[in-house]
Amino acid sequence: MLTFTIRRLALSIPTLLFISFAIFMLLQLAPGDPMAQVPLTVPPEVKQKMREALGLGEPPLIQFWKWLVQMFWIEPQVFIDYMFGTSFAEGKLRVISWQTRSPVMDIIVQRIPQTLWVVGMSYVVGILIAIPIGIYSAYRQYSIFDQSGTFITMIGFSIPPFFTGPLLIVIFSVQLGWFPSIYDTTHVVTDWSSFKVQLNQMILPVMVLALQTTAQISRYMRAAMLDNLNQDYVRTARAKGLSEAVVVMVHVLRNSMIPVITVIALGIPAIFGGAIITENVFKVNGIGQLLITALFANDLPMVMTVSFIFAFLIVTFNLIADVLYGVLDPRIRYD
Amino acid sequence: MTETTDAPIEALQDKEPLKPPRSQWRDVWDQLRKHKGALLGGFFLIFITLAVLIGPYVWTLDPQKLDIRNKDMRPIYTALWDSDAKVRWANPLGTDNLGRDGLANILAGGRASMAVGWAAMVLSLLIGTGVGVVSGFFKRLDGPLMRLTDLFLSLPILPLLLVAVTLFRQPLRANFGPEGGMFILIVTVIGITSWMPTARIVRGDILALKEREFVLAARSIGTTPRLIILRHLLPNVLSPIMVSATLGLATAIITESALSFLGVGFPSDFPTWGKMLADAVPRMEQFPERVILPGIAISLTVLGVNYLGDGLRDALDPRIRGR
Repeated sequence: MLTFTIRRLALSIPTLLFISFAIFMLLQLAPGDPMAQVPLTVPPEVKQKMREALGLGEPPLIQFWKWLVQMFWIEPQVFIDYMFGTSFAEGKLRVISWQTRSPVMDIIVQRIPQTLWVVGMSYVVGILIAIPIGIYSAYRQYSIFDQSGTFITMIGFSIPPFFTGPLLIVIFSVQLGWFPSIYDTTHVVTDWSSFKVQLNQMILPVMVLALQTTAQISRYMRAAMLDNLNQDYVRTARAKGLSEAVVVMVHVLRNSMIPVITVIALGIPAIFGGAIITENVFKVNGIGQLLITALFANDLPMVMTVSFIFAFLIVTFNLIADVLYGVLDPRIRYD
Repeated sequence: MTETTDAPIEALQDKEPLKPPRSQWRDVWDQLRKHKGALLGGFFLIFITLAVLIGPYVWTLDPQKLDIRNKDMRPIYTALWDSDAKVRWANPLGTDNLGRDGLANILAGGRASMAVGWAAMVLSLLIGTGVGVVSGFFKRLDGPLMRLTDLFLSLPILPLLLVAVTLFRQPLRANFGPEGGMFILIVTVIGITSWMPTARIVRGDILALKEREFVLAARSIGTTPRLIILRHLLPNVLSPIMVSATLGLATAIITESALSFLGVGFPSDFPTWGKMLADAVPRMEQFPERVILPGIAISLTVLGVNYLGDGLRDALDPRIRGR
């Protein structure tokens, strides 16, 4: 198990390097010019100097190497400085956004809490709804609850978030006026009433994202429960006189959770990607919205770094899912 | 002297089969017919495909024609509860803020969305099946190809799609015209980023199939690898390919709509369902139908395709079939 984890960890480093290189080369082909906004009165040689100051004069491979150094050598130093008040990164050049001329990582750190609040909360809510639905509809297979549950999850699976988002806005914020249609990220929670405002504005985006999560995970949960309910050990458990609740909630549930937990781990990076649309609909200025605006503004260092973070999340959670699978299920041996 | 019976012993007689033999696809169809959702989904998919193909010849209004005097018409059914609403029979689904006909736009938009969906699905199936078959059949290529698949699986798909579409929009538009260039671009990027599940499933099946006796028999009479793949292996992996085709169609339609929704899809005067939905969002308080109609069209199509895929998976699985 340990050797497997170490091997996978070692393999994930070249994977990430290759992905970041592919993204970088893709961005090199970008037609946009960061100097397009500079006034025409600026003489060409000054423009050339500005271009070099952005690191654009160098060949692509050197630019990529500099990005790597900034990302993996200087940024950790900045982090250490921030944690312990040291000054390793004093005067060193960080990855700079072309839009704001401030370090990319600072902006990302500002945006992450919003994304985590909305997306993370919706994922938790979705899982909490999905697991009981999955358990019950497998336990009473082909009952009315199961039939309607499967139908509703199928609908949740099929309706894209860019339709449910506006639909919920029309119903709940236009017609009924219960919730705001825009997520106000400047809102600060200080007391009970402001907490209620925060809760209010989170409900719609969380509902949209949670619908998707619920649909996916309850289908997996149902299938996993159905696989286990017919096994011999369930009959044994019933035969030795255990109560139905113990059989289902302890014996079957534990075994069925193994594939479901890995699916949950695998879904975490996907929910960041899918949240780009939801963040756009509800104007949450999270990390997905950051990517979109950076893309439209031709802010290549920002696009590069944010895409790399997404890739990093995917690779990490794939690894976590594989390792968890082996840890939770002793029948699985990777060696 | 013993009597010689003309009739041989009964147990040794060849019995005529009670029923004529049934082909595999008859069985599959019988199983599929039992799945109500799959049947409905399949019919809806055929209906919507025919509607967007034939519809523009029946409803001949040009979706691009501006009729500014009759702008902002409501759909005809709003008259049921709101007698003051601006409706007229010439535009049964209303008109948009420039007076373009709603029904004609839905049909034209569906044409674009379905075309992108089908084309991207076929492309991703071709790549996925090719990679899967090659890596399952040729041991030497298995390792590198599967590493490549893993690599593609860990790419952040939606951000990359956005990057690729924004970057390559200009050159392709210059070469193939605004609509053609965008069509090629979107189909290619969706196809390239969605073939991995198919490849994995096909590889797994090919790995199991190529150890079977009929492949050994084919090899022993000197069949070339190309013919073994085409005649013996591909027909046997057809069912998983069909199931992933339905899933691929659903994802392709949703991805295209998402791209259009984010504003990086087709040009602004070219309607697709996602684009119509996105354009209508700012004024959805006054005209909710402009969001709801294309949204329902996307959702119902995807729902139908998903149900069809569910039913096909059951029908094509011989362990489930016949129960």
